[in-house]
Amino acid sequence: MAPSSSRRTGFSKKQQYSVFTGYLFASLGALLGLGLLALSLWQPSTFQPLRGPATDAVAPVGEATAAVRSGGNSVWDTISGYWRAGSQNADLRREVKLARIRLAEAEAQAVENQRLKALLSLSQSEAEPIAVTRLVGSSASSSRRFAYIGKGSSDGVEIGMPVHSERGVVGRVLEVARGSARVLLLTDSESVLPVRRASDQTVAFAEGRGDGLLRIRLINLGLNPLEEGDVFVTSGAGGYYRPGVAVAVLSELTPDGGIARLIADPSSTNYVMIEPIYEPLAVEAAGVRARDELTDEELRD
Amino acid sequence: MERLASSARRDPYGSRINRVKSPLREYTVPYASIMLGSLLPILFLADVMPVVPPLGYLFLLAWRIMRPGVLPLWIGVPLGAFDDLFSGQPFGSAVLLWSLTMIALEALEQRFPWRGFWQDWFTASLAAIVYILAAMVVSGADLSLPLLLACLPQIVLAILLYPLVSRMVAWLDRFRLSRTRRIG
Repeated sequence: MAPSSSRRTGFSKKQQYSVFTGYLFASLGALLGLGLLALSLWQPSTFQPLRGPATDAVAPVGEATAAVRSGGNSVWDTISGYWRAGSQNADLRREVKLARIRLAEAEAQAVENQRLKALLSLSQSEAEPIAVTRLVGSSASSSRRFAYIGKGSSDGVEIGMPVHSERGVVGRVLEVARGSARVLLLTDSESVLPVRRASDQTVAFAEGRGDGLLRIRLINLGLNPLEEGDVFVTSGAGGYYRPGVAVAVLSELTPDGGIARLIADPSSTNYVMIEPIYEPLAVEAAGVRARDELTDEELRD
Repeated sequence: MERLASSARRDPYGSRINRVKSPLREYTVPYASIMLGSLLPILFLADVMPVVPPLGYLFLLAWRIMRPGVLPLWIGVPLGAFDDLFSGQPFGSAVLLWSLTMIALEALEQRFPWRGFWQDWFTASLAAIVYILAAMVVSGADLSLPLLLACLPQIVLAILLYPLVSRMVAWLDRFRLSRTRRIG
């Protein structure tokens, strides 16, 4: 469609001025945007007071869509469950038998554990979750990976608290508003999580790559001891996450570690738990900032 | 005396007598549709990669390209600020990029006043690609090859979605200008 003739100025001073002012305002707006952008890259929390109420307002809608989403998931699961019901049933029976045996073994070990811990007079540190909620949305059109939850400071959620699903770590609370909070997912390229291999004490960092996979970077360089299929759990270093929560499974080896897949897919979980910070004292003592991530230099040190 | 056929008394916008368009619709529909486009992506749960194209930006492009003169040149500032509240980008990125888009499209229109749909689609695709890549650069993420590859599906989806968005904008424009109010 051609521009309407009203935008051609001709000799009219008024028209010329109004077109000129339009350009002026647009350019000033672009400059303003540049300034705001620089400010919010430098101090990411500056505009949180604006963003918080906005997400608060959208969170109830997100609750509804989250309910529909999980409902849709289960419908799909039901349909796909019918597809190979027979063979799956047989497989599951076999698995359940094995699992019962393992469960009995695990119970025995738990009892022994408790006895040993009692001997050492260690207290059981299973903290109650602060809140249980759904992921109500995410930054689906941005290249950052944030999710939003429908609980905020009025429910006791604080910045830095770990967010778990029933399968493992999902992320960490980054910003808190009154009734909603923003969660930095593990897959975000700024997310760094201290982990260890579940089978031994090989410690590493799990960094998000921005494409859904995690990069495992070993702290002790040298011969790479990792193998495909290794499970990584949180190590508890840094004090945010309690140790021993499942994080990722190694799928590919690289010279300095590997590439791992997430165990707790945020999109396939219905509910997430916001847990208290594991050791607030350690966080304070380490001087690790609650808001932003470790820089590359700090990681190298 | 000749009588008009009853069908001739009506046009696609309704009865032609005693009807005017609603000023409320006329002035709110474009902005409301763009803001709704900004809000929609937050409701999707994308944990792996950006999958939803920037719908607010696509609506802005479609309104600007298909109905020049409806949006003022400086509209990128308020609408971009609204988009920034929900997109997860650092505040100011859409203010900057949307303003630049409006200026660029204005300059483009001075050069090519008459265009067809294919040219419009090409322009919008180019704008969407540049926007998504620029937004990635200013998002504060660590720029790497996997990140770049992860936003390819989003780019493809944005390009394929533009014709649909432009049809919706055409429909919204008809809705915007349809005659609603009886006068007198």
